Amino acid sequence: MKKSNQLRKNNQLRYKNFTAVIGLEVHIELSTKSKMFCGCSADHFGRLPNTQVCPVCLGLPGALPYVNKEALLSTLKLGLAFGAQVNNFSKFDRKHYFYPDLPKGYQISQYDIPLSQGGKIGEIRIRRIHLEEDTAKLVHQTLDGKKVSLIDFNRSGVPLVELVTEPDFNDPKDVVGFVKEVQLIARYLGISSADMEKGSMRLEANVSVAKDAKVPDYKVELKNINSFKFLEKAIVLEIARQIKLITSGEAVVQETRGYDEAKGTTFSQRTKEEAQDYRYFPEPDIPPLRFSDELVKEISRSLPELPDQVRKHLISEYGVRADYSEIILADRKRVEFFEKAAGLGREENISPTLIAELMVNKNMDKDFPEATGLIKRILELTRRQYAKANAVEKAVKKVVRENQKPVNDYGQGKVAVLGFLIGLVQKELKGKGDSKMIKDLLVVELEK
Amino acid sequence: MNLPLTIKETQAGLMGKKFKAAEIVREYLERIKKHDQGINAFLTISEEQAFEAAAKVDRLLENSGKDAFSQYPLLGVSLALKDLFLTKGIRTTAGSKVLESYVPAYSATVVTKLEKAGTILIGKTNCDAWAHGASGENSDFRPTKNPWQPEFVPGGSSSGSAAAIAANFSLIATGTDTGGSIRQPANFCGVVGLKPTYGAVSRYGIIAMASSLDSVGHFARTVNDARRVFEVTKGEDGLDSTVKNASPQKPKSSKLRIGIPREYFAQGLDKEVEKSVFTAAHVLEKEGVELVEVSLPHTKYAISVYYIVQPAEVSSNLGRYDGIRYGNGRNSFGAEAKRRIMLGSYVLSSGYYDAYYLKAMKVRSKIIQDFEQAFDNVDAILAPVSPTPPFALGEKADNPLQMYLADILTVAGNLAGIPGLAIPSGFTKKGLPLGFQLLGPRFSEETLFSLGERYQQSTDYQPKVAI
Repeated sequence: MKKSNQLRKNNQLRYKNFTAVIGLEVHIELSTKSKMFCGCSADHFGRLPNTQVCPVCLGLPGALPYVNKEALLSTLKLGLAFGAQVNNFSKFDRKHYFYPDLPKGYQISQYDIPLSQGGKIGEIRIRRIHLEEDTAKLVHQTLDGKKVSLIDFNRSGVPLVELVTEPDFNDPKDVVGFVKEVQLIARYLGISSADMEKGSMRLEANVSVAKDAKVPDYKVELKNINSFKFLEKAIVLEIARQIKLITSGEAVVQETRGYDEAKGTTFSQRTKEEAQDYRYFPEPDIPPLRFSDELVKEISRSLPELPDQVRKHLISEYGVRADYSEIILADRKRVEFFEKAAGLGREENISPTLIAELMVNKNMDKDFPEATGLIKRILELTRRQYAKANAVEKAVKKVVRENQKPVNDYGQGKVAVLGFLIGLVQKELKGKGDSKMIKDLLVVELEK
Repeated sequence: MNLPLTIKETQAGLMGKKFKAAEIVREYLERIKKHDQGINAFLTISEEQAFEAAAKVDRLLENSGKDAFSQYPLLGVSLALKDLFLTKGIRTTAGSKVLESYVPAYSATVVTKLEKAGTILIGKTNCDAWAHGASGENSDFRPTKNPWQPEFVPGGSSSGSAAAIAANFSLIATGTDTGGSIRQPANFCGVVGLKPTYGAVSRYGIIAMASSLDSVGHFARTVNDARRVFEVTKGEDGLDSTVKNASPQKPKSSKLRIGIPREYFAQGLDKEVEKSVFTAAHVLEKEGVELVEVSLPHTKYAISVYYIVQPAEVSSNLGRYDGIRYGNGRNSFGAEAKRRIMLGSYVLSSGYYDAYYLKAMKVRSKIIQDFEQAFDNVDAILAPVSPTPPFALGEKADNPLQMYLADILTVAGNLAGIPGLAIPSGFTKKGLPLGFQLLGPRFSEETLFSLGERYQQSTDYQPKVAI
């Protein structure tokens, strides 16, 4: 995040007296066992269409939602990980719109009282985090020469978290940094795979441009963005488009725009005039939700170590390079592996930085499922280069001969000088000595 | 054969081998064949399933004798279901052309519970389409007629179920009560109708009208029968999260107090209705119940609140019949459904929500408070169900507002989520049914049943059949 301050300056220079104002909406599909309001499996990716459905998620007449408590818990965890305020009283609402992927004609979502409000990642403030149900998936294809749209309800009713930020971004690069961190946090919490490719993480950006620090009175919503790379590209393109419009004296229309990767442009999907009236009202089929302070505290206490805590550990405790630590902490399993290997390595005088380097550059943790395997391998690799015993003996003798003061100190019981003497021997051996052997021979020589 | 008129009689007859379940079914079906063309109580007859179920009942009795009743409390009880209750494999229309050919893939919780209790399903009954109406005339198929006098309406929206009991086409029948749709037709047809506490009986598998108001109940000929059915239908099912297994609300002391709400005897109440209700109150007074006047000051707002909250939820609940899935398209919606979709969409739309829906919900809380305050002082409330006896077919059909006012004495109970029991109390000079309702605090069904049973015992009530 620090690096981006520099970038922000660069960008502001590039945009002259324009400042981009960007807010984000992040959707995350939860990896709960069952769907949000029924017992069907929520694990829908790659499954045969319409095999994980029931009256509830098909929206059949008479079916009623029954809240999945695990999904509530996951969403509260996410909020608490950002330091958000959990609402003791919350509720679900119906959001109405007409689309074939929405079998009830409304989506059960949350309107004015989300599960949590507030919280931060770095400088970016989070406005709210709420829980809703995912829609079905439309599959457009040609069947027997006819263009058809098929509906797969496996995804219908899968728990979906929506995180909305304040419009606190000015730099598209920060936006990407932020969503990567959100992804990481979701994974660390074990609440979602947050994979962009599988659609379990989806992004929307609200972009506007302020001229001379005036607050813009419009926003453009960017949709269908399916990778981090496209997110940045789409925002950059959109900022440029808006600056161009404003510079030529035109007003930017408040609208929803899609991103076309092939053409490298954003295109209008829906203008303000066509905006939906969702007719929100409290979902009568689900009683209001209440969370006690005790429960919230209990969830807070149960949170695992989060990416930023791990980042601090790796850098300041183990001395791992910042870029390497980012690579390792991208996968919590690698962090666990690293910590184990570093622990074992300490006993063998293997530095954590070496372990990190071997993991990042040689993927050596992939070759050894157990950290002990990696340590053994490192020992094998490094020992081969050790100086022969007679060379070590020669060097030891030379050091003892030429450094009378520390040798005398040792004789007077100052055992601590041993480390200093080992260092001198290593220097003689150009670092190729086996420290254990050096130590053994030194002791023999000094005791003479 | 002479059909038994109560559950007790039916089960005694079956046990004593006076008749077989199959014979009862045959008799009901014959009566339906003979009389229902003039009444239109049924939309679908499930003859095959009825005989199958009857054969099962007879086999059970043959094998286990008396013991069968402990496992199947409603064994041999014939059942008619309002066509809002989903029945797996049997067409379910909600009285609407939109679902004219819809055959559900699953059954409602209540249907399954009744089936497991040993009932025999005779068929699905006619109703105002989507349960919108107070006369049965909004059925997209044909209007149900009052079995006592077919030129009069049977009430609605559970018209066919009430008529089926009055005409002796079934022993019990189910209904839904969103603004009076069980109590009012029970009242118009001279049968007992229970609207349980909101949250006592699962709504799962019943086509939703207005979700925060819909209450799933039933019709029978005696209060005791209504109690027996409620024992089966109530309770959590893990599918309707508004249902809870609450312990029954007990009376405050052994000497019961009944409130007579001043506002329910206002101008416009038919004299014969008023007299009959007071006569019933005095019967209970003689039984040792104390009568107290109570006030429910916000009653006058109930119908306005109801006609904001209810259409709002209706407009939302009907959204799924979008023409993609259930056979017929949206042009198959009748005028009343369209009216409510428009009303509801309007009150929920941005800029109007606060002025209408939100305000209505605030007044709804006032209405709930009215009842809570009244029930601090009394164990139940006794009131008329409808301001008038049954009206003539066509009398209000062209005037929706007049029709809406038919619910004026029942909707408050739905807004408050409290139970109501409609009990017959005689006939008008013209020979049309009269009755009253008992309302109680949430989960006080037990008290209402015992009061109703005392009333029926004290008047030596004998169920009557219209045809």
